[in-house]
Amino acid sequence: MEILVIVLAGILIGASVYLMLSKSLLRIIIGTGVLSHGILLMLLTMGGLKRGGIPVLDDSVQSYTDPLPQAMLLTVIVITFALTAYMLVIAIRVYKELGTDNVEEMKGVPRDDD
Amino acid sequence: MSNLIILPILLPFIAGTILIFFAKSSRLQKIISTVSVLTLVVLSVYLAFLAFQDTIILEAGEWAAPYGIILVLDNLAALMLLITSILAASCLFFAFGTISKKREKFYFYPFYFFLLVGVNGAFLTGDLFNLFVFFEVMLLSSYVLIVNGGSKYQLRESFKYVVLNVFASALFVMGVAWLYSVTGTVNLAQLSERVAEIGQPGIVTVIAVMFFIVFGSKGALFPLYFWLPRSYFGPPAAIAALFGGLLTKVGIYAIIRSFTLIFYHEPLFTHKGLITVVAGLTMFFGVLGAVSQFDFKRILSYHIISQVGYMVMGLGIFTPLAVAGAIFYIVHHMFVKTALFLLAGATEKITGTTDIKAMGGLIKSHPALTWGFFIAAISLAGIPPLSGFFSKFPIILSGFQEGQWVIAAVALLVGLLTLFSMMKIFGYVFWGENKLTEKQSKTSVTKLLIPIAPLVAFSVVLGFAAEPIFAYSLHIAEQILEPSNYVDAVLKE
Repeated sequence: MEILVIVLAGILIGASVYLMLSKSLLRIIIGTGVLSHGILLMLLTMGGLKRGGIPVLDDSVQSYTDPLPQAMLLTVIVITFALTAYMLVIAIRVYKELGTDNVEEMKGVPRDDD
Repeated sequence: MSNLIILPILLPFIAGTILIFFAKSSRLQKIISTVSVLTLVVLSVYLAFLAFQDTIILEAGEWAAPYGIILVLDNLAALMLLITSILAASCLFFAFGTISKKREKFYFYPFYFFLLVGVNGAFLTGDLFNLFVFFEVMLLSSYVLIVNGGSKYQLRESFKYVVLNVFASALFVMGVAWLYSVTGTVNLAQLSERVAEIGQPGIVTVIAVMFFIVFGSKGALFPLYFWLPRSYFGPPAAIAALFGGLLTKVGIYAIIRSFTLIFYHEPLFTHKGLITVVAGLTMFFGVLGAVSQFDFKRILSYHIISQVGYMVMGLGIFTPLAVAGAIFYIVHHMFVKTALFLLAGATEKITGTTDIKAMGGLIKSHPALTWGFFIAAISLAGIPPLSGFFSKFPIILSGFQEGQWVIAAVALLVGLLTLFSMMKIFGYVFWGENKLTEKQSKTSVTKLLIPIAPLVAFSVVLGFAAEPIFAYSLHIAEQILEPSNYVDAVLKE
């Protein structure tokens, strides 16, 4: 089971690297989203995908799954969510101000003043 | 008593939260932020004094060490906190005079304090995942500060900065996941103990290199430094100075911490091999970038890269003397680099440009600024009576002692090129024919020089009082090179 999830995470991370190397701003942001999914899957798998009860205290359950990776995962999800929202807003501003979403055209030193 | 050490995190957090409510009143914001930043300075001096006597541990929620989150204040953390608070105070007072009303209104001060929360937390934490969270607190605030004002250049470069850091943070989480799967813990002290038990097999060395890549991209090491000069060019001088002084050094601190506490069992590959080679390349390419530029802020940004190389070189040589030199270098560099960035900001205020070819002859109209810059510049290059010399000397000396001839020679050459590019700035901007208009030469920057003066003075003091300060950094180096100190203090064995 772990092998399967690791391969899936690898495919996601590979796809995200491909997306992040593309020219469009939106594709780059989608790339970071896919990347975080791959990383989160890795984080979950690294705790071991042992079968056991959900980590909620219950007298009838003998063994639980590892609760620590799940707690870390929740934190990372929230942080990535905030970052994605911020990046989308920046992308809108960049598109409005520079009039392009092509990274190739974002070069040179413009001497604009604020 | 030990609850005191959460205050460097809590105090700026509360200050930032209060400041959000008064975002529209410029005066109130200035008063609140002045009071809290000065409290922070006093507090961190006291904490440095406490840490000198004994390492202080705070277990959050009274959960014993490996199970709960802990904060650890040893001498290294206390020293970093102390410098951070001094830099924060001086950049804040500089910001009062230079940040435009428009930028101020968009929550400049709250995010300034949230950045300090992240930086102080990263220095204090004793938990790997908690370190990640504090990195994100710091980075999120830096994303906002770096784009504050929203000029076209800032928007464009900050997007690249954000994407690169998001990628590096994702790798950080991956590193934490790997290390957790090998050792089953994220507590730094327990990690150190368990890695020592299994004797750092190949897989742990791979993870070590992964962390080196992550922290190296935050700290602008050799192949991962390209974002720094471009993104530090955009924001106003007060922010650029704070970033130049603090942000990369958090990455360096994390490298020093992880490679002295956890991954120290294969020094031939990680320290003497990888870190030293990367340090040499970082120094060399950073200073080459500085030599080729003709823009005040960009030259200084490239210098950050080459200076970071010296600190990592000290760690790479990995003797008490070299590590002490690296710590001294961090102290020296944080003061001097912030001072130089702020002086660049003052010069920009006078001339309205950062292109050094468009300036000239400031020495006649602004002598105090000129001599302040001169002292900071030759200190950066490492001229004897000043702090730059006493921080480079132990690093290069131990390079020769350990027979690392190439890296020591590179360090000497880089010192020469640093001097060259600083003198290039001095020659173009301050000497030469007067290119200032009548109005420009009447512009007074005395108010802006007041917050810079202590930083320049510290550089001189660090030079003339090098012996006690070097003894202190040697004490720190001996403490961190013996990881059992840290582990025993945390796990109470």
